Amino acid sequence: MLWQRELPGASLVIRGARVLDPAERLDARLEVRIDDGTIAEVAEKVDANGHRVIEAEGLVLAPAFVDSHVHLRTPGREDEETVASGTAAAAAGGYCAILAMPNTEPIVDSAATLGALVETACHEAEIPVGFLAAITRGQRGEELTEMGELADTGAVAFSDDGVPVASAGLMRRALQYASITDRPLALHCEEPTLSRGGHVHEGRVAAELGFAGYPSVAESVAVERDLALAGYESGRIHVLHLSAVESVDALRRAREAGVAASGEATPHHLVLTDDAVRSLDPNVKMNPPLRAEEDRQALLDAVRDGTIEAIATDHAPHAAHEKEVPFEAAPFGVTGLETAFASLYTHLVEPGLLPLETLLERMSAGPARIFGLDRPRVAAGARANLVLLDLDRKWTVGEQPFRSRSANSWLLGSKLSGAVRMTLAGGGLVLDSKELA
Amino acid sequence: MIRLVTDDLRPPGDPPRRHLLSVADLTRDDVERLLGTARTFEASLERHVKKLPTLKGHLVVNLFYESSTRTSSSFELAAKRLSADTLNVKSTGSSVDKGESLKDTALTLGAYGPDVIVIRHPQIGAPQLVAQVTDAHVVNAGDGKHQHPTQALLDLYTIREEVGPLDGLHVAIVGDVLHSRVARSLLQAFALVGIRATLVGPPALLPRELPAETSTDIDVIRDADVVYVLRMQNERMEPGANFVPSLREYAARWGITPERLRPGQKVMHPGPINRGVEIDPLVADSPDSLVLRQVRSGLVVRMAVLYDVLTGGPVGVQALAAAEVA
Repeated sequence: MLWQRELPGASLVIRGARVLDPAERLDARLEVRIDDGTIAEVAEKVDANGHRVIEAEGLVLAPAFVDSHVHLRTPGREDEETVASGTAAAAAGGYCAILAMPNTEPIVDSAATLGALVETACHEAEIPVGFLAAITRGQRGEELTEMGELADTGAVAFSDDGVPVASAGLMRRALQYASITDRPLALHCEEPTLSRGGHVHEGRVAAELGFAGYPSVAESVAVERDLALAGYESGRIHVLHLSAVESVDALRRAREAGVAASGEATPHHLVLTDDAVRSLDPNVKMNPPLRAEEDRQALLDAVRDGTIEAIATDHAPHAAHEKEVPFEAAPFGVTGLETAFASLYTHLVEPGLLPLETLLERMSAGPARIFGLDRPRVAAGARANLVLLDLDRKWTVGEQPFRSRSANSWLLGSKLSGAVRMTLAGGGLVLDSKELA
Repeated sequence: MIRLVTDDLRPPGDPPRRHLLSVADLTRDDVERLLGTARTFEASLERHVKKLPTLKGHLVVNLFYESSTRTSSSFELAAKRLSADTLNVKSTGSSVDKGESLKDTALTLGAYGPDVIVIRHPQIGAPQLVAQVTDAHVVNAGDGKHQHPTQALLDLYTIREEVGPLDGLHVAIVGDVLHSRVARSLLQAFALVGIRATLVGPPALLPRELPAETSTDIDVIRDADVVYVLRMQNERMEPGANFVPSLREYAARWGITPERLRPGQKVMHPGPINRGVEIDPLVADSPDSLVLRQVRSGLVVRMAVLYDVLTGGPVGVQALAAAEVA
């Protein structure tokens, strides 16, 4: 269930674009007419019908993106992000749907808190937004939330993201109970007694710089545990922000064995390694940490072969003053909504490491499938959830102000290729470009 | 080359500031220059009037967020011996107690226009942050478990003076390497000058990924020219971390006793020492202990560092720095 403020349905004709919808096996120069927010026609030639005509020569028209892992910081830290600013950032990044994590202040662990958020979204959300609710009350890892009522109120899935469910016994009960809601558990897999105090991947960089290590095995033992439990209980799990080769291998094996498990990777884990930490820049500090090159390669392989079905940003806004501190004192997390596509296009597609079609699929159809959302598509009859991309346009991150309230981007100052020129979300025109007529 | 930090806020054409943030930023030439300068200063200290006018009119701020005897006193004395004004700020009793952030404290002290800020801080990267937000030359006097570059330089100086030419020597570093910024700086410094290092200690305190031979067997120290003993850092040992079962067991297995040393084998320690834990009192007080020599070296090496960051060193280096920035 997704919520959005009321927007007029767009009526447009888009001409001249390369229409690319991997899930529809569509890659052709076609024209698209949108009537009142719904795609009316996709054909070689469509009538303008008096609509505004977008001349999109040289651009790519694709299903807009879905981000299954966003922190909107609302309620509690509206100085860092609000539903309005976070969804505006998402629109700028080409997204037509985002899912927000429940680790707010207070935690989204009751129907009352969730209901209030839904209400806010109906007034403020620029694009459709859905909410996950906590697995345990207060994310304390002790008692289950009332998942039935939370699902009825609109929770898309359940997660204690930010902290792991440390107790295996409680995880088992969560899997059992969540089955009545038919919603997946989205799991932050971390064995806290192994990661304790760690800021940086345990490897050469941490050893040389003196950081307490957060070893890969702290993630992979938790992934292995939860995959085993999901298999045993026939539960459905989604492994958040995979970072380590061992975790990816475990997920691949479990999927082959028939476990209902999916996984996601973030742009920063797909592009950077722990070598970036040598800068001591708090904007490369996140949980899980950036890992070694072999881990990054394993994530890339898994994105290519579909073991990892979703690329999610883990957009985690932080106030500037909280990141203007020494690395160890800084909170974990980086923003990503406004840079995800361009960072991956620049660092993975342009160098030939990942086909554009695969990137588009993992940023849209993949996450939609995992969370049971309507798949954004370029097809007559579908709601307009579309993004218009200029692959050749170069831009510098941070030169234009972010729409997010926070600027803790790991890409500040980077020059990227690939710009989002227009976004339609839920039928509304949520990112416009005046240059495009 | 001492690290050059350039930031966009500085007017173009301004010369880059010189800092000493990490041994990783130094070349062998930098090390030779610094040790040579220290030697000159050491000779000057033997004169009747020990004060030099070199840094007259300069302000050196010592900003210490961790307790320190040797480092803070030697930086202060080094500045005074060079006729600089000094301002000592400790985190306790300052606005840090009221929750002022490092950035704000640095900005505040920066408003006095210090030429050098010497900083010690429990967190990695604090000196880099101070370098970003102030116009001062920044000298790292120890940041968390990361770096303690002046310690490494004074140790090289001590070894050269007391043992001999550095190239080809073998030093065993014994103890809690994991939590030691001294060990990290030393390993980089040793690599620069051709000293071979062996790390010795309990398994959980020897990071596997450091570029050095490691051994858990204390008897390997007999092969070394110098035994460098690290302090067992109790304050860094979280309760229940179980790096070692007990200090007693540590002392019995890895403590440096006279029996474990060759006659005449030199022993160093960055201080403060825990007598009876990592070092036997008989060793600490023996003529082969260089601990107090290290303290004396600390003064002249820190004089050299202050002089170097402020004067830009020999002309050639400055030209190189300018070229690199351009």
